Amino acid sequence: MSAIYERELDSQLNGLTGYIYGALMLLFGGIYVMAYNLSGYTQFSYVLYSMEFVMLIAVPLLTMRSIAEERHQRTDQLLYSLPMSMTKIVLGKYFALVTVMALPMIVMALYPVVVNAMTLSGSISLKSAYGALVGFFFLGLALVAIGLFISSLMENAGLAAGACFIVLLLLYFLSALTDYMSGSAWASFIAFTVVVILLGVLLWRTTKNGNFALIFSIALEAVLLICFLIWQDAFSGLIVTILEQLAVFDRFDNFTYDIFDITSIVYYISVAVVFLFLTVQSMERRRWSE
Amino acid sequence: MIEVSHLTKRYGSHLAVDDLNFTVENGVVYGFLGPNGAGKSTTMNILTGCLAATSGTVTIDGYDIFDEPEEAKRRIGYLPELPPLYVGMTVREYLTFVARAKGVPSKEQEGQLEHVMEVTGTTEVADRLIKNLSKGFRQRVGIAQAILGDPAVVILDEPTVGLDPIQIIEIRDLIHELGKEHTVILSSHILSEVQAVCDQILIINRGKLVACGEPQSLEEQFAGEATYKITAKAAAADAERALQNIDGVQKIEAQDGEDGRCDLTVTVSDLSAEMDERLSFAMSDRRIPVLRLEREQASLEDVFLNLTAQAEAEREAQEKKGGKGKKSWFKSGKTAETTAETTDGPAPAAEDEKEADT
Repeated sequence: MSAIYERELDSQLNGLTGYIYGALMLLFGGIYVMAYNLSGYTQFSYVLYSMEFVMLIAVPLLTMRSIAEERHQRTDQLLYSLPMSMTKIVLGKYFALVTVMALPMIVMALYPVVVNAMTLSGSISLKSAYGALVGFFFLGLALVAIGLFISSLMENAGLAAGACFIVLLLLYFLSALTDYMSGSAWASFIAFTVVVILLGVLLWRTTKNGNFALIFSIALEAVLLICFLIWQDAFSGLIVTILEQLAVFDRFDNFTYDIFDITSIVYYISVAVVFLFLTVQSMERRRWSE
Repeated sequence: MIEVSHLTKRYGSHLAVDDLNFTVENGVVYGFLGPNGAGKSTTMNILTGCLAATSGTVTIDGYDIFDEPEEAKRRIGYLPELPPLYVGMTVREYLTFVARAKGVPSKEQEGQLEHVMEVTGTTEVADRLIKNLSKGFRQRVGIAQAILGDPAVVILDEPTVGLDPIQIIEIRDLIHELGKEHTVILSSHILSEVQAVCDQILIINRGKLVACGEPQSLEEQFAGEATYKITAKAAAADAERALQNIDGVQKIEAQDGEDGRCDLTVTVSDLSAEMDERLSFAMSDRRIPVLRLEREQASLEDVFLNLTAQAEAEREAQEKKGGKGKKSWFKSGKTAETTAETTDGPAPAAEDEKEADT
């Protein structure tokens, strides 16, 4: 695993992407610190909150090449033939990306201290500043795992970056979008039906077995219908609740209220684990269908 | 060492590998021969764990590649068709990475690295970036990568494809060297190459093993009979009578030619060299001057062409879809003609048309 980690780190630091990521983070970090902290606000977490949007662009740049490029260069063949489990390979890559992700954050950790030294009036509470930075790091953990997964689906780094950006953008605006959704039970039912149909199509595309996918979808839809008829009350607002659960970025909000939110941290770790698991599965799937 | 049984790989409705069975012994150089699209690369990808089989098993040194992939892969070095090189690294950096990823103990790393670079002749380019290397050197680095960790089996997929003739010879010599320390399996669609470096040949077509054995024994096994072309100064009937009663003669075709000469085509079942003498003496006993006596025996090339063409013909007969273009996997127009004709009928008929050089 350490060999994979070091190679990935090496390729990030010898290429441009790692530096572009770092430059973006530090540039916008600096701008926001100037705009907020040097002009009177004593909350460092506002800076980080604003930088969520920078992450939308910076994280796809960081993760796009990680697996897509291996596939493109056919070096993934080497990974597959190594006497090493796919989980270790994926983890090696992930930790390397996380390291690069964290480097500018270490620099940013100096900002509150510097600001406090420079300004005479009202100083930043270091405790809440570093609490927020830790939360921001965990948000990064989740985003990098999502980016790594998307990279594992693609053969073209550019496409991977684009797809990752769109996914992160949707997640970013997810809670805003849910405001426009109906909270009625019927709306949830229709939304779940759409999910069932999408699952059926996905199953059909991956297994190439139309009948199986059709039967599976019909069965699932029947279960859904029965549940809907029995617990109709529970369905009202359910889809909105679920979508709000998926809003990764919103989980950071508590940190801006000076709350060190352990549940958010657990949530971010869970998201990272799920997407790392999916990445391993997507790599393994290639073995079957190449 | 490697046991492959009932290996099948299906891509949708296409059967890439079809119930393949074979065993690989220690310390032998194997050649995997077959036309493009025969399933060579697919088989090799499965042997090395890069691809999962639809059904069947592969065990390496007793370890199943699907159940215990890590133990099995430790015993295999693999060079895929395109060498998997990180072009932004130097040769030394790249090989160090592979050695570590393969779990070579750090104490042995340095020594192994020097060893594989020496064997593959890449010491002189050790500190150059891989992207600046020629194709021949990249191939060598690919081989160096495969033999790191001292695997018992080295699998090379089309190791000489795309190289110039000098590089091809160098790589062949290298494979010869590797054969001394490792079991080597290489694939190729070029017969002469396999003949030059391999102890054992496995001929594969359309995912099926159609023949295997030593080059020599394959020739004998599938040749079965030899033919003599004889030109004598006599009437065709006299010459025919002279040869009729010799042991091993199966068939004589005689034809009167110009200037009182005749041409005979004699098919014999006895493949020993004595046959030359017997034929010649029989003629001289009858005082028939022999002007030409030439022996023709099926070469490995014919065996290969016949076997692949035969399988092709059977398949076409099955599909009853005539005129479906055959993939051309040879360069020479002459052999192309030969196969085109043999595909018409299921029987191997190429022998009559070939030019032998014995």
